[in-house]
Amino acid sequence: MIRFDKVGKRFGDVSVLRELDFHVGRGERVTLIGPSGSGKTTILRLLMTLERVTSGTIHVDGQCLSHMRRGDRQVPADERHLRQVRKKIGMVFQQFNLFPNMNVLRNITEAPVRALGVPREQAEDKAHELLKMVGLADKAHAHPSQLSGGQQQRVAIARALAMEPEVLLLDEVTSALDPELVSGVQNLLRDIAHQGNLTLLCVTHEMNFARDISHRVLMFDQGQIVEEGPPEQIFTEPAQQRTRDFLQAVLDA
Amino acid sequence: MIWDWDWTMEILPDLLTQGLLVTLQATLGGAVLAFVLGLFVALLRRSRRSYISRPVGAISEFIRSTPLLVQLFVLYYVMPDFGVRMTALTTGIIGLGVHYASYTSEVYRAGIDGVPKGQWEAAIALNLPRHWTWISVILPQAVRRSLPALGNYLVAIFKESPQLSIITVVDVIGLARELGSERFRYLEPMTIAGLFFLLIAIPASILIRRMERRFDT
Repeated sequence: MIRFDKVGKRFGDVSVLRELDFHVGRGERVTLIGPSGSGKTTILRLLMTLERVTSGTIHVDGQCLSHMRRGDRQVPADERHLRQVRKKIGMVFQQFNLFPNMNVLRNITEAPVRALGVPREQAEDKAHELLKMVGLADKAHAHPSQLSGGQQQRVAIARALAMEPEVLLLDEVTSALDPELVSGVQNLLRDIAHQGNLTLLCVTHEMNFARDISHRVLMFDQGQIVEEGPPEQIFTEPAQQRTRDFLQAVLDA
Repeated sequence: MIWDWDWTMEILPDLLTQGLLVTLQATLGGAVLAFVLGLFVALLRRSRRSYISRPVGAISEFIRSTPLLVQLFVLYYVMPDFGVRMTALTTGIIGLGVHYASYTSEVYRAGIDGVPKGQWEAAIALNLPRHWTWISVILPQAVRRSLPALGNYLVAIFKESPQLSIITVVDVIGLARELGSERFRYLEPMTIAGLFFLLIAIPASILIRRMERRFDT
């Protein structure tokens, strides 16, 4: 479903990702862990086309994300190509990024109506369904500023799912939440992960959450994969010293 | 010199119904034009096509760096030579509107820049088409942020509107001058005209400050 081939990403002189190769299967749930600055979030942002690769290629469902064919040459993707590949991908952000000028219902329906051309009524029915699923059936007409962080993040999740993505990217989705709100959002995501056949790519510092939802864990350091394996293995008997140090530091915190 | 109350009562209705009315027409007309045109200028200056953004930017800078008085003169006395003929008031409204659009465009620019990056990113992640991102996400937030500053320009336009008397618009100040010249006595008409400005500008400023505080949160 997702394939990185020798992907490099530099910001100025700083090399964030180096010759990165990895692959995520359809319906697979993968968690990226590692110290901050190790390039985890950059991977999600590259997939969401919020950033462009410096070198290498990314494929999603067989389609190249960064380049397109013109004649027999590979050229950088234009806006139309990006819109096409983005259809399959959704993202939930650390800071929610709800639209503060719209109520909850509009937040969820805006993109399906404007981007996919779904009739408004149908989009609203779907939105109400999603709100029920995330436990906010009564908040359809509330404004984001009236909601708690946890509620805002639930709305953001519903908003992403309304576009029916095949791949969902979760970027430290509970990091900005008050501690008592974290488990609610995590439980919701756990349910979503186990119900559907979403391909899930998740960056988190919550190791229990990572253990619960993922098929596979990738340990990153300095833009490269240090170690990977099923969560039981990574969390209980990591092979690399770097992983052990990292887990030690995280669990002590 | 003693304040002449009889004359005051005699000229007050005219100053109010003719003079102030023209001033308000010029102010509101100029402001609406400045607010609408300024938004378009702000958007055009952000265009990725440099053959659009550069000339618009240059013209806007030019207008901002030359006096309104000169622009009004050119509009009213020079443009007719090129076949563009308008009434004095219409010319004044266009002059005020265009001049202040070069300022309001900067207000909108700041408002647009102030919309958090996360809003753009969320719009991309939702695959929202670019024009809808502008219409339903960015501009509503940017305009809201711009409202207090636009309010200040509304007051500024109001106070600058007497400049239109240079192109024969008889606004409240122009009328006060005419009335005064009839008797060589300017105390009453000019004081009344000045009071009008005070009575409108002060409550407006208070309102704007209140709006600022509300939008701060």
